[in-house]
Amino acid sequence: MSGVAVESTIAAKPARGPLADLVVRMFRDKPLGAAGGLIFVAFLFFGIFANVLTPYGMNETNILNRLEAPTLAHPAGTDHLGRDVFSRVLIGAQLSVIVGFAAAALATVVSIVLGVLSGYLGGWVDMAIQRFVDAWMTFPGLVLLIVVISIVGPGLAQIVVILGLQYGIAGSRIVRGSVVSVRENMYTHAAQSIGAGTWHILWRHILPNIMPVVIVLFTTRVGAVILAEAGLSFLGLGVPPPTPTWGGMLAGSGRAYMYVGPWLALAPGMCLTVVVFAVNIFGDALRDLLDPRMRGVR
Amino acid sequence: MQDYIIRRVLALIPTLFFVSIIVFCSIRLIPGDVVDLMMSQNDISTGQDRAKVEAALGLDKPLVVQYFHWLGDAVRGDLGRSLWRNTKVTEQLAMRLPVTFELGFLALIVALTMAIPIGIYSAMRQDSLGDYVTRSFSLVMLAIPGFWLGTLVMVFPAVWWRWAPSIDYTPFFENPIQNLRHMLVPAILLGLSLSAVTMRMTRTMMLEVLRQDYIRTARAKGLGEFRVVVQHALRNGLIPIVTLIGLQAPMLIGGAVIMEQIFVIPGVGLMLLEGVFQRDYPVVSGVFMVVGIGVLLINLTVDLSYGWLDPKVRTQ
Repeated sequence: MSGVAVESTIAAKPARGPLADLVVRMFRDKPLGAAGGLIFVAFLFFGIFANVLTPYGMNETNILNRLEAPTLAHPAGTDHLGRDVFSRVLIGAQLSVIVGFAAAALATVVSIVLGVLSGYLGGWVDMAIQRFVDAWMTFPGLVLLIVVISIVGPGLAQIVVILGLQYGIAGSRIVRGSVVSVRENMYTHAAQSIGAGTWHILWRHILPNIMPVVIVLFTTRVGAVILAEAGLSFLGLGVPPPTPTWGGMLAGSGRAYMYVGPWLALAPGMCLTVVVFAVNIFGDALRDLLDPRMRGVR
Repeated sequence: MQDYIIRRVLALIPTLFFVSIIVFCSIRLIPGDVVDLMMSQNDISTGQDRAKVEAALGLDKPLVVQYFHWLGDAVRGDLGRSLWRNTKVTEQLAMRLPVTFELGFLALIVALTMAIPIGIYSAMRQDSLGDYVTRSFSLVMLAIPGFWLGTLVMVFPAVWWRWAPSIDYTPFFENPIQNLRHMLVPAILLGLSLSAVTMRMTRTMMLEVLRQDYIRTARAKGLGEFRVVVQHALRNGLIPIVTLIGLQAPMLIGGAVIMEQIFVIPGVGLMLLEGVFQRDYPVVSGVFMVVGIGVLLINLTVDLSYGWLDPKVRTQ
């Protein structure tokens, strides 16, 4: 790159911080992605403050009002025990936020550790880790989850750890790919040649440069993990009742009552779809903005 | 070509080794108290039988010995006996696998007949209204969970029109029409969610290929649009699409588990779930292993098909 080009790049850089700059570019260049981001933030808000926002307790039964169609008092109707579906969906959002963020965070850490070890060290370590990842990815995610849950039993902590490991191991390949390309950059070789230690290089040179990939990976994982948890709850292997989960509300005993109260089938599935859709388009937009190769591509 | 096949098959060995380790660990990790639970549920409660259950699970020998015993049995096609039905796991699998295979095959046909033409159309009319609608559709399909779609299809037609999809399974060779009436709805639902990714991929690949020089040459020499697209463009864009289908095999099987549960289809997915809820571990690990090896074989087939699709791979 010529000196002039570098200067003009520097000059063109706005005075805002990198985060504010990203937000502005998101709204300007990727309105759909920004909308996804806003829905995602709203979902976070409802999840965090679910306990305050729910008009009724999640297990508050009122047998006189059972299977009531949506009204002003019960915007999403009531279920077969007279529980307010809207309140239960809100608490379900809270669970989805917890599972989504905790498992996605764990997955990201696992991906970074495995991907960096494999990509930076290379050699037999790389070979062994990659063949293990191959074998791991051979198993359908859902089947693997079902088998592991059958061993450790259902529960919030188990679900988070298993989903974190599952998606972390699968995602390590993406991190490895970008570590391999960063490793071959001139600045990494320069650092090696002046005698910098492995940890120093990993921490100061490799990690900051794979951050865009990691951020996108984390975002897309949130959506995937929420879907996976809902699928497990639907099969009766998620967080056990009476805690309301979006997947669980669509399954089990509630299922039989849907023929009388079809609204029971709507709210949880709709929330799930909207949140996952929002996370996906937000993640896509984020990838386009953060990945220099994707700039200008739609 | 022969070298390519041999290399590809050899590369499978370390992966197979790790697959066997993962399956073996899934059996070994079953905690001791689960043996108790299994016994209480399976109604075998004397102390003598406990040793028998442990022996059935192979828990009474050193770990390495257990692994090789298990591997030796598995290679010879012995996956143990179901604790619940007292039949061989392989016998059950032989009954269940064709059912899941049929569901997956139908879903794949649905997915491809939708995804490839629509993907091509979307690429040829880039940024048109049709392109926009298809892209939005595939994004929405990516977000809708299969189990919700399945639930909606079960509930709403019943509420509105008093019609519900069939949930009575009939084997295909007994009554093909009855069988398809049962399988078609879940296959379409499964195919829909698969088609989303394939559609996006087809569009991207076609956009890339349609800009190549050889496409301009083909047009310049006066070929019709259909021949240009199908013979020149699609064939070259097909490799990543075929790879993607291979990568989707695990997703297809995961989706089959859900659909089998909703539509009561007696395939391996339902077998796995029954095994989990009955704590019938030989069944669980048997299904686990067969599914893993099945996906490996699908990926091998996909890799080998490159040779057929792409002359460059054949001659390398």
